[in-house]
Amino acid sequence: MNAQPRNILEARDLVKSYGTGEARFDALRGVSLEIGSGEAVAIVGKSGSGKSTLMHLLALLDSPTSGTVLVDGQDSRALTTTQTNQLRNEAYGFVFQQFFMIPSATVLENVMLPLKIKGVPPRERRERAMELLRLVELDDKAGNRGTNLSGGQKQRMVIARALANRPRVIFADEPTGNLDSATGEVIEDLLFGLNREHGITLVIVTHDEELAQRCDRRVYLKDGLIVDERGEPLGVPA
Amino acid sequence: MRLPEIVGTAVGNTFRSKLRTLLTVLAIFVGAFTLTLTNGLGVGITSYIDAQVASLGGEDLMSVAKAATVEASGFGSDEGPREYDPEKSFFTAGAGLQFEALSAADVRTIEAIEGIARVEPVRVVAPDYVHHEGGTKYELLISPAPSGLDLDLAAGRTYTEAGVVEVAGYDEPLGELLLPSSYVEPLGFASPADAVGAVVTIGLSDPFGNQHEVHAHVSGVLRTSLFGDGAIVSSALRDAMFEAQTRGLPPIVTDVYQGASVRLEPGTTAADVERIKAELREHDMAGITLQDQLGAINSVINGLVWVLNGFAIIALIAAGFGIINTLLMSVQERTREIGLMKAMGMGAGRIFALFSAEAVFIGFLGSAIGSLLAIVAGNLISDVLARGPLSDLEGLRVMAFDPLQVLLVILLVMVLAFLAGTLPAAKAARQDPIEALRYE
Ligand SMILES: Nc1ncnc2c1ncn2[C@@H]1O[C@H](COP(=O)(O)OP(=O)(O)O)[C@@H](O)[C@H]1O
Ligand SMILES: [Mg+2]
Repeated sequence: MNAQPRNILEARDLVKSYGTGEARFDALRGVSLEIGSGEAVAIVGKSGSGKSTLMHLLALLDSPTSGTVLVDGQDSRALTTTQTNQLRNEAYGFVFQQFFMIPSATVLENVMLPLKIKGVPPRERRERAMELLRLVELDDKAGNRGTNLSGGQKQRMVIARALANRPRVIFADEPTGNLDSATGEVIEDLLFGLNREHGITLVIVTHDEELAQRCDRRVYLKDGLIVDERGEPLGVPA
Repeated sequence: MRLPEIVGTAVGNTFRSKLRTLLTVLAIFVGAFTLTLTNGLGVGITSYIDAQVASLGGEDLMSVAKAATVEASGFGSDEGPREYDPEKSFFTAGAGLQFEALSAADVRTIEAIEGIARVEPVRVVAPDYVHHEGGTKYELLISPAPSGLDLDLAAGRTYTEAGVVEVAGYDEPLGELLLPSSYVEPLGFASPADAVGAVVTIGLSDPFGNQHEVHAHVSGVLRTSLFGDGAIVSSALRDAMFEAQTRGLPPIVTDVYQGASVRLEPGTTAADVERIKAELREHDMAGITLQDQLGAINSVINGLVWVLNGFAIIALIAAGFGIINTLLMSVQERTREIGLMKAMGMGAGRIFALFSAEAVFIGFLGSAIGSLLAIVAGNLISDVLARGPLSDLEGLRVMAFDPLQVLLVILLVMVLAFLAGTLPAAKAARQDPIEALRYE
């Protein structure tokens, strides 16, 4: 289904351990994974299975204990800090369960933040942010404080912010986890619409099977390892 | 994020926690206010002294004395004590003041030095009292001020070239005296102008205990100045007073001087002054210009100002800890926000710059407001003092402000604030976005 020959993201044998010695805990124990450009992939698993850890590694927010992440087929370990920052700023968008915003800033200012970090001139970023707020139907709330929005509105604002620099991948960690099912569905529609219409790759961390089913593909995690949908290690026949 | 944007964002961030910013700014304000004020005090007094010197016009004057005498007064080398030399003549003045005297030969030596236009030997005179037409007797101090100064007079004029004037009723012309204004009322004059032209009587004692009186003509009345409350006498009057004071002594004792007032040739350069001083040193004498003397006064004032500045700087350092505290709290509060910005690709350097800029801005706010109000307060204080307690010292503005120095204070505080900000800023820059964004 993906016409592009190369994978936009590829994880190779990722291991992530926290702590050392006795206190050492392996959150990921050798995870390999390929994500094609334009794909919508769900990372599914119980709480504590290592979903968020995997997503952070894929998004280059953290570095693995061993293994590597390839970006467009290129080893991310070869990237400088500046290049990594630029990649996260321009090519990736983030949506979190707890939204995360600057509480004192307005909705518009929050959406403009990635543009400001990139160095887009004020007038241009205002225009772009307003355009995005119209897309998520929040343009009438542009001047409001982010904290005064409802949950669904907050998540729409966060999606607008994630889209600011026209990213190629959106990483969403439990995007509907804090929302009721009706509001959650609006957010899901918004994300899958972006995936369909703009070819934006989606990496969605969730434990919601219904949301996972809307994705092209599901990756199941259990105790830091990829398993099949029944929770059995890969390669073991049903 | 580009630099102007970082500064703009930092400025915006300082106003997010208004009360906390206000308190930190207040602490810096106190330090900067004090520092600007103490500096202003230094500038005010120094420039007053400079102005007084300029008005005296004594650039071409030098006072010369034996080296030992000059050293005893605090000028000159620090070679330690000098060996006793029985050949040296010492002079004891009435008040028990002893100094190594300048001989007539020394005066001729000075005259021979190139670049010296005129030498005026100065004899020390220590009168017992002064009175006007038999009124109350008052002690009188004779100022050692050399002739040739443009004196600040409240009334009358300075003494004539000859130093004497004919006065009706006296056979001999009388020596001229410039009376300090503080003597006007006690001596029974209605005003400074009233004193001008009057004859006062000065009493002096010789070494045998006999008192003699010398009459003097009041030619002018001196305004109170920094240079004390002494009367100034013409050479002729000084000689007359000296004669009375040493009556009966052999010439070997009387033919000595406390020092000499020297007028340099016009167009004397600083290098010439140094050469003349060196030549004087060869003859065991020392020359001090008015500049040297004022340099000593100025360095005392500068010393005092720096002690005061020290207190202000201590206050500023305390305020620096306030900045550290404020920003650490701010970093703590904004952990999420910092993590978010880092996740969205903001580099550690920019985060550092953002918090540093915040510190510098707080420093700027405190110091700019502090300096500005210090200038206003300083001018008010100067006005009040100039009209009230210090009205005698005309032209004295206790506090004056040098724009460059004020700017320097502001810059200093900003640098200090930056230094204080490095700790919290580094803490923010080091923050791990994952940790910051972890769901509790
Ligand atoms: N910084 C950390 N230090 C120690 N343990 C951690 C740290 N981060 C995550 N873990 C542990 O790693 C495991 C995986 O965490 P996470 O990826 O957040 O799981 P999920 O997102 O699937 O709920 C959990 O058991 C968690 O407690
Ligand atoms: Mg998680």
